[in-house]
Amino acid sequence: MTCAQPFISSSRMSIGLGALVVGMLQAALPAAEVPAPVLAAERERIAAIERASQTAVAIFAGEAGGGSGVLIRSDGYALTNFHVVQPAGIAMKCGLSDGRMYDAVLVGLDPTGDVALVKLVGRDDFPFAELADSDLVEVGDFCFAAGNPFLLATDLEPSISAGIVSGVHRYQFPAGTILEYSDCLQVDAAINPGNSGGGLFDAAGRLIGVNGRASFEKRGRVNVGVGYAISANQLRNFLGFLKGGRLVDHATLGATVATDEDGRVVVSDILESSDAYRRGLRYDDEIVSLAGRPVRTVNALKNILGTLPAGWRVPVVFRRAGRRMEILVRLEGLHRPTELARLVAAEEAEKQGPPSPGGGPRSAAPPPVVLPDSLKDLYEARNGFTNHRFNLLERDRVAAGIAAASTWATPAAAWVMSGRLETGAPFRIVLSDTRGLIDLPTGTTDVDATGELDADPSPPGSGGLLAALLLWRRLVIAGPEKLGRTSYWGTQPRDPAALDAAGAADLVDVLETAAAAVEARFAVADDGGVIGIELWPAPDADPCDVRLEPRPAGQPGVIEVRHGDALFGRFFIEEFRFEPMARKPAGETS
Amino acid sequence: MTSPVGTSCTRAVVGRALAAIALAWSTAAAVAGQPVETIAAAARKVVKVYGAGGVRGLEAYQSGVLVAPEGHVVTVMSTVLDADDIAVVLDDGRRFRATLKGIDPHRELAVLALDGEELPAFVLDDAAPLGVGSRILALSNLFGVAVGDERVSAQHGVIAAFVPLAARRGAYEAPFRGDVYILDCTTNNPGSPGGALVDWQGRLVGVLGKELRSAASGVWLNYALPSAEVARSYREILSGQAIAPPSADARPMAFDPLALGVVLVPDLLDKTPPFVESARPGSAAAQAGLEPDDLLVAVNGRAVASRAAVRQALALVAEGDPVRVAVVRKGVIVECDLGPRPAGAAP
Repeated sequence: MTCAQPFISSSRMSIGLGALVVGMLQAALPAAEVPAPVLAAERERIAAIERASQTAVAIFAGEAGGGSGVLIRSDGYALTNFHVVQPAGIAMKCGLSDGRMYDAVLVGLDPTGDVALVKLVGRDDFPFAELADSDLVEVGDFCFAAGNPFLLATDLEPSISAGIVSGVHRYQFPAGTILEYSDCLQVDAAINPGNSGGGLFDAAGRLIGVNGRASFEKRGRVNVGVGYAISANQLRNFLGFLKGGRLVDHATLGATVATDEDGRVVVSDILESSDAYRRGLRYDDEIVSLAGRPVRTVNALKNILGTLPAGWRVPVVFRRAGRRMEILVRLEGLHRPTELARLVAAEEAEKQGPPSPGGGPRSAAPPPVVLPDSLKDLYEARNGFTNHRFNLLERDRVAAGIAAASTWATPAAAWVMSGRLETGAPFRIVLSDTRGLIDLPTGTTDVDATGELDADPSPPGSGGLLAALLLWRRLVIAGPEKLGRTSYWGTQPRDPAALDAAGAADLVDVLETAAAAVEARFAVADDGGVIGIELWPAPDADPCDVRLEPRPAGQPGVIEVRHGDALFGRFFIEEFRFEPMARKPAGETS
Repeated sequence: MTSPVGTSCTRAVVGRALAAIALAWSTAAAVAGQPVETIAAAARKVVKVYGAGGVRGLEAYQSGVLVAPEGHVVTVMSTVLDADDIAVVLDDGRRFRATLKGIDPHRELAVLALDGEELPAFVLDDAAPLGVGSRILALSNLFGVAVGDERVSAQHGVIAAFVPLAARRGAYEAPFRGDVYILDCTTNNPGSPGGALVDWQGRLVGVLGKELRSAASGVWLNYALPSAEVARSYREILSGQAIAPPSADARPMAFDPLALGVVLVPDLLDKTPPFVESARPGSAAAQAGLEPDDLLVAVNGRAVASRAAVRQALALVAEGDPVRVAVVRKGVIVECDLGPRPAGAAP
């Protein structure tokens, strides 16, 4: 206002006055009086926003719209929303703040969580954001969103909107059939259409969430100071599955809960076919905690469940008649296998407009995928997958890790492990190409390794220990391709029983295989060591659950075996030998 | 013509202003700490109120502030309280049945009483109003998103103005005309009314007002009643003085169709049918082709049965928004666009 008047005169005059006014303002606000910590905080914030801006992706889906994304790895993986990529299809154009457009391919989808993983190509040194521990975020923390609201980023520079965290662990009911926001962060930073899929950052520029939803009501589709972001910790739980090119499903406990008149959260219904029921959970049991987090409201339970992938095992603590009990429950899929794909297809059909006036049902076949040359080798369609090509990449990555970590293993030999059980009694396990054998104080059991392994879950009570170990030996010697139909499953907690409220879960890769008429999953640590095996002789049976504790050399030192609720045994290996595979198989007593 | 220097000067001023805001934030952040602790402490004194509603766009929930340790809650007077069973849920998840202690129809506030002891409560005093530009935090159960022991939502902002309230709800003017805080903070959301406006030290500065539009522009208002006004209201309600009839000023808002060039037949009866007498030459009505003896039946989709109804329906259209009327002409319904609604004419 002060400078509006004088500038009708000559421009030279104006320059002088302008300089004077600026000078006066500087005098009124002397930089010298600003405390050093304030200036330092300002510099930090500017730097954090600059770093975050480089990781912001502007996604353009042609006439279908677009949105935002955020890079999370230097090789081009970026997170965004399912509802952003859905109209774009398999391939899309993505812009970064460096002013360049990159081709990107869809890798994985989590329709329930409204998350998609895409991969940008053309560089191996993409700037990326670090996923923070979002459970440390507090109400009142400074935060900012970087994205492409109203698709304004035509110069590919993201828009920044700042605010505070308004709420944590919020639950937002599904919009329609999917798109449920559980355990999300609520912010008053402006989240507008187009911000969807973009990053929400903390003061240090770390990624605490992916913006995806806002409460829009009477003002039309613009910010009302209430935006929601999917938490970084939820994203981390699903990231492995997404990288594996899957169509990811969320979890259900197989039981519903309600608040009773005393305010307790109790089981109001439970499926007898559920793992929760098999593990002992019953109607009217009070749920105390799930996956290590306290459950005080129905919303809290929904929140925790919503952050967990189908197939994980998590600890459930419940109370019955004053007794506190803890069980490990395998979570089931929220949807039946084909149901999720159908829902996604239905959503797509809806997005693409009403059925043709001809009245006939819309053809279920998706339009043919046309990929630019840069993406030709990065897509493969397969039922149950978003992009099967990436499953192969992940499977081979894990296989390479196993091979590198298995130099101790002699392939053309029988593996003989001997030692003692906890009771001090001796045992011996022999694994070869042709048979598996175990000597226990209770007797000797062996299985034919050349045929199918489902008929005989030996030794009795183990649920199939020998089959599990035989498949493990084959995986280590021959790799996943020769083992059977093997795919990358995703990630799971290294130790499910140790899941607790503090911090992000420690996750390991999991391979899934169907071989010799059984199904098995192998948990593989970062160093390539196989640390766990689960083997199902039949789909609905409890698996044989084997944990392998490696010695520094890589060979197993302790093998712990569980089946159902029972510990079958703990095997302390004192000697691991390789013996020639004689015609008379090793271990056979004459 | 604007000189280029003028532009750069403006830019410098804007830049300075932005820098000042940025500095204010970082000063507070670096010196007084993040508002995390302030919010955590103040949110314990904010409650979720549940009552009647849940139909036809009327929410069954709002917010309230605890102002006495024995369990007095100040909230807004609304249809939510038209219930035999009013529930109040505290920050720690405790649920109370509340009784309506009294209402203040002038300020549209109400006091609820819970059967509590030593509850965390705000100090309600007659403190001088906070200055324009002061940073504030708004705590409320917007959209009913927090349930049980989940904490109410926190938003940040700035006091933008301290001015008399000139607001309306539907076609009716809000009875309170005193000074209120206008906030640069989107507090006008379902569930927010009755929430706490606090400063960065956590002191109660005001109570978030009802969902109202500006009488002048029609935009939704983000505003709060200052705590001194709330304190007066609380005292009056407790002493039984506040049960006054609604202010005689609470008459429907109206907009004269003459501003659009529509001349209606003289208003002789209680419900004079809105027949067009003429369209002023050169006016929007003339351009739209309104003819004498046209009977107005709807304004922007709202049925109008009388001259008064036309004036009220026009008052609901925000300034600048298009006006579309339906008339019956020789037995046929004809729609006419009258263009944007001009600024408010005197009723």
